[in-house]
Amino acid sequence: MENSRRRFLKTAGFSILGVGAGSMLIGLAPGPSEAAGPAAETKPVFVDRPDAKHARRWGMVIDTRGLDARTCRKMEEACHSIHNVPDHIGKFGNKNHEIKWIWDTEFKHAFPGQEAEFLSDRLENAPVPVLCNHCDNPPCVRACPTRATFKREKDGIVLMDFHRCIGCRFCMAACPFGARSFNFRDPRPAIEDENPEFPTRMKGVVEKCNFCAERLAVGKMPACVEASGGALTFGDLNDPDSDIRKLLADEYAIRRKPNLGTFPSVFYIV
Amino acid sequence: MLEKALKGSKTYWMWLLALAVVFAVGFVVYLRQLEFGLGITGMSRDVTWGFYIAQFTFLVGVAASAVMLVLPYYLHDYKTFGKITVLGEFLAVASVLMCMLFIIVDLGQPMRLLNVIFYPTPNSMLFWDMIVLNGYLFLNIVIGWNVLDAERNNTAPEKWIKPLIYLSIPWAVSIHTVTAFLYCGLPGRGFWLTAVLAPRFLASAFAAGPAFLILLSFIIRRFTGFDAGTRARQTLAKIVAYAVLANLFFFLCEVFVAVYSQIPEHMSHLQYLFFGLHGHDALVPWMWSSMALMVLAVIFLIIPAARQNETTLIFSCAFVFVGTWIDKGLGMISGGFVPNPLHEVNEYIPSIPEIVITIGVYALGFLVLTLLYKVVTGVKKEVAGQG
Repeated sequence: MENSRRRFLKTAGFSILGVGAGSMLIGLAPGPSEAAGPAAETKPVFVDRPDAKHARRWGMVIDTRGLDARTCRKMEEACHSIHNVPDHIGKFGNKNHEIKWIWDTEFKHAFPGQEAEFLSDRLENAPVPVLCNHCDNPPCVRACPTRATFKREKDGIVLMDFHRCIGCRFCMAACPFGARSFNFRDPRPAIEDENPEFPTRMKGVVEKCNFCAERLAVGKMPACVEASGGALTFGDLNDPDSDIRKLLADEYAIRRKPNLGTFPSVFYIV
Repeated sequence: MLEKALKGSKTYWMWLLALAVVFAVGFVVYLRQLEFGLGITGMSRDVTWGFYIAQFTFLVGVAASAVMLVLPYYLHDYKTFGKITVLGEFLAVASVLMCMLFIIVDLGQPMRLLNVIFYPTPNSMLFWDMIVLNGYLFLNIVIGWNVLDAERNNTAPEKWIKPLIYLSIPWAVSIHTVTAFLYCGLPGRGFWLTAVLAPRFLASAFAAGPAFLILLSFIIRRFTGFDAGTRARQTLAKIVAYAVLANLFFFLCEVFVAVYSQIPEHMSHLQYLFFGLHGHDALVPWMWSSMALMVLAVIFLIIPAARQNETTLIFSCAFVFVGTWIDKGLGMISGGFVPNPLHEVNEYIPSIPEIVITIGVYALGFLVLTLLYKVVTGVKKEVAGQG
């Protein structure tokens, strides 16, 4: 088996010389996000219903002033139960295999390098929810060797194709926000109540927050936004008249690690 | 020529058998990993690349170092390397094979490996790594085999080999450069985010590879009587000395930039590796040993009397090999992941199954290397009129 795979790899290697040269011409011309386009276009991940929500670039504003630990827990539970996120810590007590799409951390961990030295007690201890930033210039998409993770052309959501992912975890090394998780083992035994409307994953693939693309497609807001009691605002960053843009115009909001040039679509009012 | 590998002493066959058994054990544990998932390793959500990728990185260097023989021998007609160059090329073949296996055992879904070809993605450095590694494997097999075959037939190598030889020189540099680019282009990883990473990788490669080759040449002389030559070894030893020095120099440049600038995201990884961070210090003794070994080796290799003494030469080369292995095969990868992007410290320690699989891959590499070297020594003896 090992032997045949090695032979397989060798043949594959020779053939790639030809394939690679061709794709270079096609692939190098457009930027990384355009290169990711065809994957999104040929195979829509979630088919839009007539009442689907649309945007050019979905974004989120998190108002930490309106959040407490209980609300954060509710958001996390809503997200993780809807998306069949396994609970490896609760089930097996294994922190190494942890999978999380949204969770809360302290200010200093959410914003390393931006920590304010004499922070108010409220901010010092306030839970800060963190999740995939759905960056406008996502380094994970640039790193993925199969385009299994890509930025969706129509609305900027960074998505995963669980069936294409080879589990090399390059995207996890590339993500500066620790937003991605890897299925170190079969997730299914660690899912309490499986939601039949969302796929479960298999071992060996990467997963992360998808901005509830499956809910937007049927006209619903993301689960965490619904569970946030108004602390989370979700909308089109490209529409100057959207609620989210009005909020950003009124309040000073920061983003995580803006110096890295990834242009996160998640903003924080602290 | 392959028939040369089929005739050997009892020791030869026992050695092959031992390697095959070790490989088989590793393979069985790998089957377990296939079934359960990468959860049987010590990797975690925070340290997502571990021992496998670190060995891959180290071995790409060993493979690239063949250029330290090919360049003087073919480009500058440095005749002293006449007997040892093919050993370097075949070491590269075995190393690249191990590199590929380490990539495969690290994949969560190895059955989908071909997706890299079905959906070629030039913006991913992994795509380029696949191309340069396969190309390098191809070049070294073709060149090594043809030149050896020509030597056996007492003819000049085929004309079309020459351009391939010249191509293999920049290609060797490219494999380790692209491997460094896997890491140094990632925005949130301060430890790797440095332009000196590729040069440093090459420097440590040109130390580790030739040092290992010197050790191998002693082993070959002991078991087959074939001697690559004291002069060749001495030249190599000088190459090793200055390559280790360059590696240490690049490293100190890195330390200066991180520590003098005091930028936490660059400094904290070095702090973790050499002093420990928030009570986590598993790698501290390793990193200091690595530095001590490399410094000692430089001293021994530069002093002529110590370099010319075979015993100290053997020790110095072993020091270089172990020192650079710790540096790259242990510290370089997990050091980049600790602390994580949220500045939390979660340490990585390889698990037993992970180590067994790693040793299994090495066993297969050494098996291939043994077979190739058997062919080489067989041909060389035949040419010398002893076979």
